[in-house]
Parts: sequence; structure tokens; C-alpha cells
Amino acid sequence: MKAILSNKARSILSMLGIIIGVAAVIVMMAIGQGSKESVRKELSTWGTNLLTIRPGADMRGGVRQDPSSMQTLKMADYQSILSEAKFVTKVSPEVSASGQVINGANNTNTSCYGESPDYLSIKQWTIEEGTCFTEEDVKKSAKVCVVGKTVVDELFPGGQDPIGKTIRFKSIPFRIVGVLKSKGYNSWGMDQDNLIIAPYTTVMKRIAAQTFFSSIVCSAVTEELSDEAIEDLTAILRRNHKLKDDADDDFTIRSQQEMMETMSSTMDTITIILVVAAGFSLLVAGIGIMNIMLVSVTERTKEIGLRMSVGARGLDISNQFLIESILISLTGGVLGVLFGGLLTWGCNAIVGYPAVIPAWSVIVSFAVCVLIGVVFGYFPAQKAARMDPIEAIRYE
Amino acid sequence: MDKKVVIELQNVRRNFQVGSETVHALRGVSFKIYEGEFVTIMGTSGSGKSTLLNQLGCLDTPTSGEYLLDGTPVRSMRRSQRARLRNRKIGFVFQNYNLLAKTTAVENVELPLMYNKDYSTRQRREAAIAALQAVGLGDRLEHKSNQMSGGQMQRVAIARALVNNPAVILADEATGNLDTRTSYEVLVLFQKLHAEGRTIIFVTHNPEIAQYSSRNIVLRDGKIREDVYNQNILSAADALAALPAPQDD
Ligand SMILES: Nc1ncnc2c1ncn2[C@@H]1O[C@H](COP(=O)(O)OP(=O)(O)OP(=O)(O)O)[C@@H](O)[C@H]1O
Ligand SMILES: [Mg+2]
Repeated sequence: MKAILSNKARSILSMLGIIIGVAAVIVMMAIGQGSKESVRKELSTWGTNLLTIRPGADMRGGVRQDPSSMQTLKMADYQSILSEAKFVTKVSPEVSASGQVINGANNTNTSCYGESPDYLSIKQWTIEEGTCFTEEDVKKSAKVCVVGKTVVDELFPGGQDPIGKTIRFKSIPFRIVGVLKSKGYNSWGMDQDNLIIAPYTTVMKRIAAQTFFSSIVCSAVTEELSDEAIEDLTAILRRNHKLKDDADDDFTIRSQQEMMETMSSTMDTITIILVVAAGFSLLVAGIGIMNIMLVSVTERTKEIGLRMSVGARGLDISNQFLIESILISLTGGVLGVLFGGLLTWGCNAIVGYPAVIPAWSVIVSFAVCVLIGVVFGYFPAQKAARMDPIEAIRYE
Repeated sequence: MDKKVVIELQNVRRNFQVGSETVHALRGVSFKIYEGEFVTIMGTSGSGKSTLLNQLGCLDTPTSGEYLLDGTPVRSMRRSQRARLRNRKIGFVFQNYNLLAKTTAVENVELPLMYNKDYSTRQRREAAIAALQAVGLGDRLEHKSNQMSGGQMQRVAIARALVNNPAVILADEATGNLDTRTSYEVLVLFQKLHAEGRTIIFVTHNPEIAQYSSRNIVLRDGKIREDVYNQNILSAADALAALPAPQDD
């Protein structure tokens, strides 16, 4: 203890590695945790009872699929779901295309989604101005659309009222009937306001020129009934697709819950990689501590000899040095956590990134510091403990 | 004499390997020391006195021969057992004090008790203060070792050897750096400890000191040359009283 204080500069220098390493780990974990939470929050704003049906078998195995299997969701499926599905309140088929949208001299690149009018309530989006298109528009494949804020800003830079104006997407004219309330960027940095929503019939016929859907989204009655809804939908679709009992599904239904889990496990993997990278700096810091402890043991050879000559056992000596190295690394850990906390706070306040320090990461940091102290203090401590008292006391 | 044998050396040899040469520091030393003896060990420089004392203090082990402390062979003990003996049974005063640098007198004296779990922090401090008072340093408790004179450091070293209340006290030139008056004061202290029944082994260059002990062993070239009992032990207290009074300056 005294030795640490009497060699302040040296102790702090050897702590520095630990401080930086721990701070890095803390910040990485905070960023990981923060992104996970913001993704979760974002997904839940889409409605926790959202179910997404995609064509093709479950892709999570990574098996390559026949392209024709991507065309399995048809109009008939949508109709069956509408009329038969028991645990589903709202349904919207989905077709999308991306391209340029033009208004006079102004243009921008955007995505056009073909949906049913239910789509907005399934996704829990709201119209800020105007209205959504209607079932009637769907039936007539009307060339009407709802647009996002970004599209409005790009195409109407003068601030004119876009409602009633006609814009062209891939040379097809669309009359704007509503503007969506702005949602800003999502956590991957994607602009959620850069889109056009039009009746799916219009997009299918006039833009995508296809007879299948890229997906069907629906709302389960409640989040708890998601599993039942999935079972029911599976039965309907299997019957429609005339699948034999032993055949695999040619579609995949995911609940929002599963989406969240997939997302957070991806996030976890990224976090782990970052933390491991930061952890390596702790390894280097540990070697620094070992070095400083070896110097300290050599410098204090005479003291060690003296302590032994008045009755200190090897164990007492090795404990003394182990405690010292643990103290150095743990102090470094405490400072590192504080420093990491500061950086995280800076991340939030200055950069605006939502980083959150999980409580367990602080505890783990302290535990790791103690471990570093023990592991890298062990060799110097043993060196001290094995000294011969007489030789040590004569050391100059 | 039916007194208990505390220390018994049986043909103890100690060789040091210096490069390709072998230095024979002890060449077969045998003697018994009984409980309550005050033995002085004399001899020329390099005759092996410190080497012998290190053996007796369980700091070093013989190259050959056997050392029995209270009848137990020390050579075959484990290191930790020897450490315990040093801590509980032996008080050792080093030839060159060996105090911890930048550490106060009290802390230096407390050191042996740090390795004795029977002492609480408070008891440790009390015992250290008592030991320092016994060597006349009651007013230098918080002085660091580098703020003291050679004689004061010597006395701190003696206090440290006394603090664990050892049965055997080993002193290597404990009066080597002291003036006549302080030397006698230290001798008075050792005679007092002797009177309390402790076994004392006192290495010295000064033949006068032998007169105050009960037995004198003379070493030469690592062998015992003389081993005589003193029938007429002088009183150090009397000698001290006979000294001219210290002059004020
Ligand atoms: N660690 C060692 N390595 C090599 N030789 C040693 C060692 N310790 C002592 N010696 C040798 O052993 C001999 C006896 O040394 P020792 O220190 O016992 O003498 P001493 O009688 O205490 O002398 P002094 O009165 O000067 O203190 C010397 O010749 C010395 O060189
Ligand atoms: Mg000597």
C-alpha cells in the first residue's frame, strides 16, 4: 500500500493501461447495450403484435433457395387470410420497388411500397396531413399515394402544399393524398421518411409488373396470441399452397418478438467482438503491471529479506505483492469505469448516441481487474516469496 | 547442570561458493548453549561470527552438520516453520541495523508482530512503544529511520528484536556503533534481559564486553578456539554509574 503511494507516478503509469482498457470495454458494452435498446424500442414502435410472412423457407439455416420459391405469396393467400384467419385483425400485402421520383425539375431516389390501407395501422404510423388511400383506390388500382417527409422536402423545396399534387415515380403519375408523420432515422442510419406508399394493386400492375407479393404483414389480435396466429396462418397457407404433410413450408412467418431476438443476437455478436478487441488492451495492461511488479520486487529485495528475517513466511510476502498488484489493477479498474462512464456520457450528450452502461459490465470489469492483478502479480509475488532471507537482506 | 539445552550445534559447516572457489566460513563448530546463558562470541573480522549467528537465527542452514533448536533439527524444517521460529522464538539484531527506510521507529519495531496473528493492531502498537521505551527511545517514536543517528537506529533494531518477547536474543555487534555510555546502557539492558531468564548470544569485537557475560566463545577461521565460562560477571549498571557524567554542550 505504502509502496504504491510512495511510487505514485510509476503506479499511475502502470494503471494507465488498465484505465484505458477498462474504459474501452465499458464504452463498447455501453454502445452495444445502447444500440440494442434503441433497436428494441424502434421495433416495438412498429407494433409488438406485427407478423411478417415472407416467401421461401426459413432462411436462418442459410440454405440457398430456388428463386421460384420466392414467388409463393399470391393474391389468393391474401384473400384467404382476410376471410379466414382467426387471430389476425389487419392484413396488408406488400410489394416494393425503388427508383426515382420526380416533380417538375426536382427529383430524388426513394422506395415505393405497395400496401393496403391497413398498412399504416399495422405499422402504427400516422398521417400528418391529408388521408390515406382507400379500399376503393385499391380496387381501381388508383394512382394515388401517401408520401414521407423526406420526399416532400425533396420534391417541394418551396414549401408548397403537396396534397393533391401529382408526382411521377418511374414515369407513372401519382396523386399525393397524404403526408406521413416524420419518424426520423432509425438506428442503422436509415431515413424512415424517404418512401412512398401506394395501393399494392397499382404498384403490382404498373411498376413491379408481378403477380406475387414480396411479403404480407398483419397484426395479431394481441402480442400474446402471436403464436396461435402464426399456427393458424401456417395452416391456411399450407392448404392454399397444397403442401404435402411431409413438405417444408414454402413461406416463413416471423413475429416481432422473433425479429427482436434475431436483432439483439446480432447486436450481441458485434458487441462481443468489440469487447474482445478492447479486452486485448487489458492483456497488454496486465503485462505492464507484471513488469512494474517485477521492478518493485527487485527494488525491495532488502525489505523482503528483512521481513523474512523477522518471521514473514513466503506466503506472507507473496500475499503482500499480490495485494499490491490487485490494488493497482483494481484502482485502475475503478478509474477506468469512471473514465468509461465519462466517455459514455459524452457519447450521449455530445454525439447523441444512445449508449447505456449495463450494471453487470461494471461488476465484470472489477472482477476482471482482480483477475488481472492475481494472474500478472503471481509471478513477481512468487519471485519475492522464494528469496533467501540472508541473500535478500545483503542485496544493495 | 540440569538446565535445558536451547541450542545445540553438531559439527556445523558452512561453505560458500564464490566463483570457482569454496569459502569455508564455518569448519565444524559444535557447542551447546543452555537456557538463560549470556554468551559473547568474539573473533577477528571474517572469522565466521555473523555466519554462525545466521545459523543460530534460523536465517541460514548448514552445509553439513546439525543444528538443534530446543531439540528440533532446523535443517530439515520447512521454510515456513523456520519463519515461524524467527517470528516467535528469536530476536535478531543485525550488524548493520537493517531498518526499513522511510519508516518510523514504531512501524519498524511493529514489523515482527505483523506476522503474528495473536496481536491486534492496538496491541502491536502498544508492544512496539513499550519496546522503544525500554531502549530509551520513548521520545523518538515517530522519527523515520533516516532521521535518526546511528546509535538511535541501533537501539530501534534492538527494540525490534525484543518486541516479540523472544526466548533467544541474537545480537550481531549491537554496541558496534555506540559511544561508551550508550554501549553500557545497552549492556545494562541485555543484563536485565538475562536476569529475566532469556538466552542471549552477543557477537562483539570488544573484549571488555565479555566480562559482563556468563560465557565467552572465541572463533578463528570458522572454528572454536576458546570457550570459557565467566565466574565473575561484572555489573554493567555499576560500570555505567562509574562513568563520568555526560557533559552538556
Ligand atoms: N554470502 C556469502 N558468500 C560468500 N562468502 C561469504 C558469505 N558470507 C560470508 N562469507 C565469508 O565467510 C567468512 C566469514 O564471514 P562473516 O561475515 O561470518 O565474518 P564475521 O566474523 O562476521 O566478520 P565481521 O567481524 O567483519 O563481521 C568471510 O570470509 C566471508 O567472506
Ligand atoms: Mg559480522
